[in-house]
Amino acid sequence: MNELERYQDPLTIQRVLRTASTIAIVGLSSNELRASHFVGFYLKRHGYRVIPVNPRETEVLGDASYASLLDVPVPVDIVNVFRAPDALPQIARDAVAIHAGALWCQFGVINEEGAGIAEAGGLTVIMDRCLKVEHARYAGRMHWFGLNTGRITSVRAGLQ
Amino acid sequence: MTGERDRPEEARAFGFETRQLHAGQRPDPNTGARAVPIFQTTSYVFEDPESAAAYFNLQEYGNTYSRIMNPTVAVFEERMGNLEGGAGGVAFASGIAAQAAALFTLLQPGDHVVSSSALYGGTVNQFKHLLRKMSVELTWVDPDDADAWRQAVRANTKAFFGETIGNPAGNVLDIETVASIAHDHELPLIVDNTFATPYLCRPIEWGADIVIHSATKFIGGHGTSIGGVVVEAGTFNWSNGRFPVIADPSSAYHGLEFHETFGTYGYLMKLRAETLRDLGAALAPLNAFLFLQGLETLSLRMQRHVENARAVATFLESHELASNVTYPGQPGSRYRPLVEKYLPRGAGAVFSFDCAGGRSGGQELIRGVTLWSHLANVGDAKSLIIHPASTTHRQLSDAELEAAGVRPGTVRLSVGTETIEDLIWDLEQGLGRIR
Repeated sequence: MNELERYQDPLTIQRVLRTASTIAIVGLSSNELRASHFVGFYLKRHGYRVIPVNPRETEVLGDASYASLLDVPVPVDIVNVFRAPDALPQIARDAVAIHAGALWCQFGVINEEGAGIAEAGGLTVIMDRCLKVEHARYAGRMHWFGLNTGRITSVRAGLQ
Repeated sequence: MTGERDRPEEARAFGFETRQLHAGQRPDPNTGARAVPIFQTTSYVFEDPESAAAYFNLQEYGNTYSRIMNPTVAVFEERMGNLEGGAGGVAFASGIAAQAAALFTLLQPGDHVVSSSALYGGTVNQFKHLLRKMSVELTWVDPDDADAWRQAVRANTKAFFGETIGNPAGNVLDIETVASIAHDHELPLIVDNTFATPYLCRPIEWGADIVIHSATKFIGGHGTSIGGVVVEAGTFNWSNGRFPVIADPSSAYHGLEFHETFGTYGYLMKLRAETLRDLGAALAPLNAFLFLQGLETLSLRMQRHVENARAVATFLESHELASNVTYPGQPGSRYRPLVEKYLPRGAGAVFSFDCAGGRSGGQELIRGVTLWSHLANVGDAKSLIIHPASTTHRQLSDAELEAAGVRPGTVRLSVGTETIEDLIWDLEQGLGRIR
């Protein structure tokens, strides 16, 4: 677990969440009950542009789905991965090729080779963390459900 | 991302005393209120139909109805989850309700639970009668016997259950050993940590998966409110094949697979969105506020409770009319090695002893004391005394009494934070009435 900590730095996570506006979700499903759909729906609701990347889908959450990252016609800030860990090296190569800002791998999507490719290509890598949870922790309403955000601060928040 | 745009937060490992004051709460974004506001409301206005649907679908964290969530209660839940080192908490109207809900979330008819026999009488009743009504089987084991836990496991076993410090006999659970036996069989260990509080022991650090509290006791600390909470570690693999009620598509929630969808938070989301929703034992916001007031001084009170408990136990050990002083923190206790491991700051403040003269001796002492309050509760800042055989453990058979460490002359004390000389003075004059 300790080797993963360098991919889970809270300051890096907050910076990536704050600076991003376009998120390509690799493996986004149109099935409303899948975790990827929960995350895509949530991110869209919170103002991010969400781009589905999934060759098995034509349209997800009202937007056209692309077969590959290489087909996405706009700049991508975060590549968010919902795929088996062994798919990560190729996804990382594609993410480097399109000059994405960050590679964000969900819970259990752990592959050091893929992380290394992305880092060598200049991307910020976050691994074994959920994009929805981290947004809800720092900017959302996760605390309304009694979940442990781990946050301790006396700074007054903005309106929610 | 909106929110505190200019202030990234460092990951600092804040201390317990800081977290008991701050965890779960930031100054109210609308008003700046520093204290936790009491949101005395049943329901919440939705922004628009899409938001309402997203809240009910659990696609967004949103307030809908105070039977299921409330912002004041949520601060208490997160603070308890934080202090115990868990993924979060769900609060209930009582400790007994919290315990029922923790079990109902993972059990179905035909399942089996292995439990310590040294438990609070109310828990024994719940397990013996309510679980049987649900067609759940139960095996009682001597909590001190590791082999007994191992041998009690069956194909349909779904959980191990024990108390950090047993009520009232003071057994200390070997949490790490029992958790490792549970995990060998892919089972969760549920620990009632009421008597220790997270200040004295954090069972999750020793492998427990679910921690339950009666917040009525030391958490509230002032005997004002009934309530409970369930904290889950977030690390148990509910998709291991033994727990279809959590892992499979839920017919009670339009086919949602709670563990697959919410991962770390799957059990807690199911506990809230289904079990709390359907049992309805919601904690009142005012009671959550009073528990939060209690938590702010938890470490300070527990230090004093432990100091006074040690002094009272030492006094009783030297008194000719008292025997079997079960305070596990005493040097002569057989639980001393476990106390050093799990409870280095002290073994709580609730224990029992036997009065000379059996049943009538115990009753005479209770009639004799004037500062100790004769009532059925523990964990108040005020010192409390009770005779279990005629009250809290009254429904138990003699054999069950014996298994729970209760004899006819057993008296249970909950040592408060008064001046220690006054507490000992009162016990001395009360014992003096036994002839």
